[in-house]
This record gives sequence, C-alpha cells and structure tokens, in this order.
Amino acid sequence: MDAIYFLVQQMMFFSIPLLIVALGGMFSERSGVVNIALEGIMVTGAFVSILFISNLQSVMSGQALLLLAILVAVVSGMLFSLLHAYAAINLRSDQTISGTALNMIAPAAAIYLARMLQPNGVQQVEFTNTFRIPSVPVLGDIPVLGPLLFQNAYITTYIGLLIFAVSAFVLYRTRFGLRLRSCGEHPQAADSVGINVYKMRYAGVMISGALAGLGGLVYVIPTSTNFNATVSGYGFLALAVLIFGQWKPLRILLAAFFFGLMKTIASAYSGIPVLQDLGIPSDIYKMVPFIATLIALAFTSRKSQAPRASGVPYDKGQR
Amino acid sequence: MDKVKKAFSGMSASLLAIVAGLLAGFVILLISNPANAVRGLWTILLGGWNNGMKGMGQVLYYATPIIMTGLSVGFAFKTGMFNIGATGQLMMGGFVSVYVGVTWTFLPGALHWIVALMMGALAGMAWGMIVGLFKALLNVHEVITSIMLNYIALYLINYLIKISYLFDSLKNQSVNVAATAVIPKAGLDQIFFILKGKYHDASSVNAGILIAIGIALLMYVLLNKTTFGFELKAVGYNRHASRYAGISENRAIITSMAIAGGLAGVAGALMYLAPASGMHIHVEEVLAAQGFNGIAVALLGMSSPLGIIFTGLFIAHITVGGAYLQSLRYMKEIIEVIIGLIIYFSAFSLLVRDMILRANKKRRLKAEAQMKPEEES
Repeated sequence: MDAIYFLVQQMMFFSIPLLIVALGGMFSERSGVVNIALEGIMVTGAFVSILFISNLQSVMSGQALLLLAILVAVVSGMLFSLLHAYAAINLRSDQTISGTALNMIAPAAAIYLARMLQPNGVQQVEFTNTFRIPSVPVLGDIPVLGPLLFQNAYITTYIGLLIFAVSAFVLYRTRFGLRLRSCGEHPQAADSVGINVYKMRYAGVMISGALAGLGGLVYVIPTSTNFNATVSGYGFLALAVLIFGQWKPLRILLAAFFFGLMKTIASAYSGIPVLQDLGIPSDIYKMVPFIATLIALAFTSRKSQAPRASGVPYDKGQR
Repeated sequence: MDKVKKAFSGMSASLLAIVAGLLAGFVILLISNPANAVRGLWTILLGGWNNGMKGMGQVLYYATPIIMTGLSVGFAFKTGMFNIGATGQLMMGGFVSVYVGVTWTFLPGALHWIVALMMGALAGMAWGMIVGLFKALLNVHEVITSIMLNYIALYLINYLIKISYLFDSLKNQSVNVAATAVIPKAGLDQIFFILKGKYHDASSVNAGILIAIGIALLMYVLLNKTTFGFELKAVGYNRHASRYAGISENRAIITSMAIAGGLAGVAGALMYLAPASGMHIHVEEVLAAQGFNGIAVALLGMSSPLGIIFTGLFIAHITVGGAYLQSLRYMKEIIEVIIGLIIYFSAFSLLVRDMILRANKKRRLKAEAQMKPEEES
C-alpha cells in the first residue's frame, strides 16, 4: 500500500505541471494560435518566480511566499507570451517562427540574467524548499484518501486541479469559451457575428502564457532546489499531452495522468519491489512513457482533429 | 521576373531581421557593460575571423550539422509538416554510423566512411518515416510522434551502447570509430589553419561541409526542378487541391518525412564521424541541440535549401564569435538571445515585404505619371 501512496504522490509532481501547461496550450490553440513557445514560457515563469523566491526567502517562507511566487510566475509568463501574440496575431506571421524564437531566447536569457543579477555570478538560482505540506489538516487523516492525496503534497497540486475544473467550465459553459472556440474553428464566421477575433486570440495566448509560466514554477518546486535555466523539455511534453488529449480538457487530464504515471514508474521503479525484481535495465524503463504514449495514440487518434483554424493567421481583409 | 522580385524582397526582409537582431544584441551589451560594447559587437561580427583562417574553418565545422538539420526541417515544412524530431533522427543516424564505423572494419578504407555515412542516413530515414506513417495511416499528429521518438531515440541509444561492446565504461561513452571511418579532411586543413611558429594549427573542418552543401544543392534541384518535388510542395500548399489533382497525400507525407529524417540522419553521421571532437557518442540524457537549432536555421532560411546554406553559415559564424566574447567579460549566451531575436524579427517579414512592395508600386505609379505628359507631347 505504501508503494501505491508513494507512486501517486510522485505522479502528481510529473502530472500537475503537464496538466497546467497543456490546459494553457489548449486555450491558445482553441482560439486559433499554435503555441510551441510553451517550453520557453515555462522557463521564463520558473526563472522569474524562483529568482523572486530566492530574493525574498530571508524575510518570508512557506505558503505565503509560494502564493506570491505563483502570482509572479503567472504575470511573467503572460507578459512573455505577448511577444508571441503580437507576432502571431498582429503581424500574421508563421506561428512557429515566434514560438521557436521564444524557446531560444528564454533559456539563454535566463542564464544571462541569472549571472548578471546574482551577486555570486552563477547561473543556477538556489532556493530553499519550505513549501511541502507533510499532511493537510483534517483531510490528511482520512484513511486511504488522506495518504493518497493529502500527504506530502504541495498547494500547487490543488491549484492545478482547480485550474482544470475552471478551464473545463470556462471553455464549455461560458460565453467567452464559446467565442474563443469559434475563433479557433471558423474565425470568419465568428467575425461576421461581431466577435473580435484579434481580442479573443490575444486572450487565448495570454491565458496560455499565464498557465505555462505557472507550470514552470510548479515543475521546479518539488523536483529540485535550484533552477538551472531548463524545464527539461516539459513544455514540449505538455504540447504532446495537449495533442494526446485531443484539445479537450477531460482528455488532457487523463493524458497528463497517464503520462505522469508512466514517468513515475520509469523513475521510481527501483522503489517498487515487483518491478525491481524483473531486472530490466533503467534505460528501458525510461523509454516506457514515450512508447506507451505512442501505442495509446495509435489506437485513439482516428478521429483526432485539431481546431480547424489553429495555426492559420486571421486576416480581416480576406473575409 | 515577379518571382525574382519576391525572392529578393524576402531576402532583404531576412537581412533586415539580422540587422535588427544584432542592434538589439548591441543594446544588451551596452546595458550589461557599456565600456566594451563596441568591441563586443565587433567580436560577434568578426565571428570566425577572430582566429583567422582556423576560426573560419571552425565556422564551417559547426555549420555542417545545422545546415543538414535545417534542410531536414525545411524539407518537411515544404510538405506542410513540422519536423520537431530532427534531434531524434540525428541521434539515430549518428548512432548507426558510429556502430558501422566501429564494427564494419572488413570494409576497404575508402569505402568504410561512405558506407557508415549512408547507413546513418538510412537510420535517420527510418526514424523519420515512422512519423510519416503514424500521420498518414493513423492520423497521429507529427509533432507528438516526433517528440516521443526524440526521447525514445535518446534512451534506446544509451541502452544499445551500454549492452554492446561499443561501450567504454571508464569514459562513459562509445569507443572511437576506426580511422577508416573518419570523414577525410579533403585538403581543407591545408586552407583553414593558422601558423604557430612553424606548426600548422589546423581547424576541425572536414569534407562534411562539402557533403552538406552538395546535398543542399541536390535538394534545391529536387524541390524546384522535378515533378516529385512539385508534388510534395503542392501537398504543402493545399492538400485538398493536390488530392483533386491526383496526388497521393499519404505517399507525399511518408516520403517527405523519410527524406527529412534521412537529412537529419546525415547530420548525425557527419557530426560523429568527424575528425576532432566527433568519433564517439557520450552516454548522457540530453537531446542533441543541433536538431532544435535546425528549426531556427530553416525558418531564417525560409525553408529554401540555398537560404539554409547561408543561414547555417551565419549562425555558426556568430556562434563561433560568441566564444571570444568571454575575454571581454560577456557571457556567450548572448549569441543565442541574438539568434532568437533575429528569428523573432523575421516574423516582421510579411510587414516589411508589404512595405517594400507598396513603396515599389508608389514609385512605379509616380514614374508612370511623369512619363505620360512626355508621351502626349
């Protein structure tokens, strides 16, 4: 039983950032803008917010500091994503161009700035992890569910799940969501009934920036004690989760958990007696999440369809 | 005539992006350390020349793999596919060519490296073809397959190296390829060197750059002068229209990804069979950066094989220049920021092209207006 608790707790560390970032990507793509800059935005959000923590941890700590850092990550990610929005929407350029540019700029700039801004001149930004919750009061004591979900947890896990619920509601149950989706499917039609396509697409990209920035922070906090200008390709994996989830919130949630579980097994198999005894080399285990995803995709993608206008610049003059 | 004009305005847009990116880089230099900023910019512009002919040789050496991955990404773009998997294809190509380079020593000397290179190309081709097959037959988005295959390639190669007798466990890398499998220098080391006393300090440049440029020219012919290339491009422009015209979309997708994979596979082979820093593979859990840099090269070169040769050389040039920035107390990461900014500014190309075309039109109208009275008189 302990092994299962451990597995689920670990899984959250992998799945939640993927979930948050993939949901972000969903808002952008459903508004009609492909966002391959997720990786770069994650790096930016993580860098700014971890630098923030690193500078403020002498005066405050714990959940208050984490919540402030979350705000910083959200804002910095959103501001950075504006660069992508401007190129993709106003300049009507190929959307892979600005995405690639942002992915290149973010890690290099993070190293450059870290070495310039930090008194010791190193590129790693160190922080002390004071954010882990050993056991949530009351909830942590529930049998089974307690250890499964409310022990050894981070507040970011619950924020991630909350973001999922809100995203699904906003996308399918609000006027804003309907308008956003229409801009990703048929912007000309949306425009003809008075929806401002440019504005909706800006909203989509900015939400993706906010969530990707947050995802960067959420990824770094439980897995490390410093930030070294990388999120290990999680932005690209989130892109994969988004496509695996067929641009739909619930499927994205399932895809993120599926991938996170596989990834946990791959990295923690030595702690699980059954898997350890099999004697399979670690490199094979590390391949499992990716192979499993490919196999799952082979069976589930028949009807997969990206938002129809996703990646197509909208030109009002061509209506 | 119109085509030439369009290509020209596209090129001038790329040049403007480069100028704007360098200016922005200069501003960053000014902010971080004003005293050395001018010398810093000059160092970047000098690039390889900071170290004379040897430095220029290094530029060619670094340009080789990114020209190949640029061609790979650019080729896939032409068929409307985004090949974010050049990294995995490169690593598979590199691994197979190293394997052949180490083990197939029964091959006669001159043939060994050529066979190793070709096997690398085939391996990359197979890896790229999986992406095409998944897309064409199972409707799986090429981006997700590519990303998964990048990681599978990474761990698979580490696994295969460790279980084979290729493994040098002390250095945690594969053993070096046989001398016959190393790409010849083709006399380039007699051109790109500097003299240290009487000692020829030659650069790492080798025949790889000639192969890369040769393949780029081949791709240019394939895309622009053959029916096959036309079909691939037609699918990229408008897949519905091309289907109507009787072009098999599935076949185009599969072959295009296979060729793109093959190009990236050659990149890997040229990297790991190169004399100097190549010849073996380190066992580490990092995706090769050259694959992702290929995206930048392809975008800046507007996916045209000839453009890609120049952008590959340019990016290698300022990257080599960046290494010399450290003596001026700047960090070399600024080069990547500048490259990123240049690519970002190339997104303005549509705007710039419109502006140029509009200015041309205005000038023509004006000229016509001036012509008219003379005609009447």
